[in-house]
Amino acid sequence: MNNKYAISIQSLSFSYGQQNALNNFSCDIEEGEIFALLGPNGGGKTTLFKILATLLPLQEGNAKIFDMMLRNSPKEIRKFIGVVFQNPSIDIKLTVKENMTHHGRLFNITGKTLLKRIEQNLEHFNLKERKNELAENLSGGLRRRLELAKTLITKPKILLLDEPSTGLDPAIRIDLSTELKRLQKENNTTIIFTTHHMDEAERSDRVGIIHEGKLIAKGNPVELKKEIRNDVVIKIETNNPEELKKNISEKFRLEPNVSNESLFINTSKDDDAIHKLYHVFSDQIQSITFSQPSLEDVFVQKTGYQFKDIENKSIE
Amino acid sequence: MVFLLCSFTIWQREIVRFLRQRSRIVGTLGQPFLFWILLGSGFGSSFRIKGVELSSGYLEYFFPGILVMMILFTAIFSTFSVVEDRKAGFLQSVLVAPVPREAIILGHILGGTTLSILQGFLFLCAAPLVGITLTLEIIGLSFLIMLFISFSLTSLGLVFAWRIESTQGFHSIMNLFLIPLWLLSGAVFPASSAHPIISWLMTINPLTYGVTILRRNLFPSQTEFFSVFPSTLTCWVIICSFSVIIFLIASRTAKKYQG
Repeated sequence: MNNKYAISIQSLSFSYGQQNALNNFSCDIEEGEIFALLGPNGGGKTTLFKILATLLPLQEGNAKIFDMMLRNSPKEIRKFIGVVFQNPSIDIKLTVKENMTHHGRLFNITGKTLLKRIEQNLEHFNLKERKNELAENLSGGLRRRLELAKTLITKPKILLLDEPSTGLDPAIRIDLSTELKRLQKENNTTIIFTTHHMDEAERSDRVGIIHEGKLIAKGNPVELKKEIRNDVVIKIETNNPEELKKNISEKFRLEPNVSNESLFINTSKDDDAIHKLYHVFSDQIQSITFSQPSLEDVFVQKTGYQFKDIENKSIE
Repeated sequence: MVFLLCSFTIWQREIVRFLRQRSRIVGTLGQPFLFWILLGSGFGSSFRIKGVELSSGYLEYFFPGILVMMILFTAIFSTFSVVEDRKAGFLQSVLVAPVPREAIILGHILGGTTLSILQGFLFLCAAPLVGITLTLEIIGLSFLIMLFISFSLTSLGLVFAWRIESTQGFHSIMNLFLIPLWLLSGAVFPASSAHPIISWLMTINPLTYGVTILRRNLFPSQTEFFSVFPSTLTCWVIICSFSVIIFLIASRTAKKYQG
C-alpha cells in the first residue's frame, strides 16, 4: 500500500430538501486499501456511495478521485470506477455471458479483448459451465458472483460496493470478502464498501464510522478498538430496565443505555463494576455479562447510541 | 463510436428481452387485434361518416387507429420497465458507465421503435381483410410513418418514465395522458363529427397528424375524411418535428434526473 489517495473527500454536505444526509464529511482513502464505511441505516452511507458513483450531483464540498475533481469530470471518473449496487443490476432475462458482454460494451470494450476478459472472469468466478444460462436460473449467491464478475470486466481501479452482502448467507459473505482481498492483492484495486455488519467491517484495512452524515471515527479496526481497550461492556437483563437504569445512575457514577429491553454500560476494566452492581441490585438483575469492546462499542462510545436503536428509529 | 456502441448494446438488449418474454409478445400483438375485431365488428356498419363510403364499416375506419394503438402500447411497455430498472436493475450500471445520456436514451427509443414496427408489419398483414391492397409504396410509406410515430411515442414515454419514481405513478400518466392522446388523434373517431372542444383538442394533438397520414396512405381513395386537416406535407413536417423535439426533451430529462 502506498500513500497516494485514490479518493479524497472534502467537506461534503448533501441534503434531500430539509433532511441532511451528509454533514461536512471529509475523508481520504488510500490507493489499494479496503475501506469499510460502517454505519446504521439512514446514517448517510448510501448517499455518499451514490455521490462517489456519480449518481447524485454534488451540493456542497468536493471530492477528488485520483487527480480528477468529481464536480468537473464525472464522465472521466466513470471510466475508473466499478460499481456494485445493493439491488442487483444484472438482467435476469439475459444469459450470464450476455450480461457481461453488454457491460463490457458500455465501457467501450469490444472484440477479442472483451471475449478474453469474459472468459477469464467466467473461469475465475466459476461460472464457465453456466455461461449460456439465463441469469434468472442462478441462485442468489451465483447472481451476486455474476454481478461482481460483470463489474470487473472493465478492470476498475476503484471498486464501490453498496451493502454487498445484503441477502447473502454467511458462507457466501466470507467468499466475497476473500475475493475482495484477492483483487486488492493482485490488481491493487481500491475497494470501498458500505455495511452495517460489524464482522464485515472488521475484515477491512480501515473503517470509517458514519453517523448522522458525519465521520465520527476512522482507522484500522484493531486500533479503533484499542482506543477503548480499557473498557468493558456490561450487559444486564432485567424486568424493568428504566427503573434499574435510574437506580444505577443514582447509586454509581455510571450512565447505562437501554436498548432492546437490556441495559448496556461502558466502563473501565479496573472498576470492578460488575461485582458492585450485582452486589447492590441482585434482586433486580436476571443476568449480567461483560464483553471485550467491539466496533459496535466504538460506535456506542462515540455517539452514545446503540446501532439497532438508530436503525429502529429510522424505520419508524 | 462509444455513442453508437452504447446505443447498439441497449437496443440489442431490448430486442432480446422482448423475444424471450412470450407473454409480452402475445399481449402487445393479441390485445390490439382483439380490440379491432370486437370493436370493429361490434360497431360494424352503425358507424357512419357523412359523405364517406366505408365498405367494411368500423373495422375499416378503426384499422389505422389500432395500428397506432399497437405502437403506443409497445412504447408504453418498453418505457414502463425503465421506472424499476433505473432503481433496481440493469439500468443502474448503465448510468454509471462512461457513456453519454443521449446514447442511452437513443438505444432505448430505437429498441421500442424496432419492436413497434415489427408488430405493426405483422398487423398490416390483416390489411387485405379491409380491402387494402398492399403495394410496395404503401408498405414503404407505412414503414416511415410508423417509424416517426413510434420514435416520438417511445420518447414521450421515456420523458415520463425517467422522472417517475413508481410504476403506479406511471400507470396514472398512462391512463390520464397517453391513452387520451391516442383517443384524441382521430384513431377512434373523426374530428369532423366531434364536439368543437374535442375537435380543437384533436387539432393541437401532434399524433392526429401521424394518424392522418397513415390513414391517407392506407386508404388513398377516401379523401373526404381529411378535408379539415392540412396537407400531407404539413402532416409530415409536424410529425417529424414532434419526434425531434420530444427526443431532445427526453435526452434533457435523462441528463437532469440522474439517479
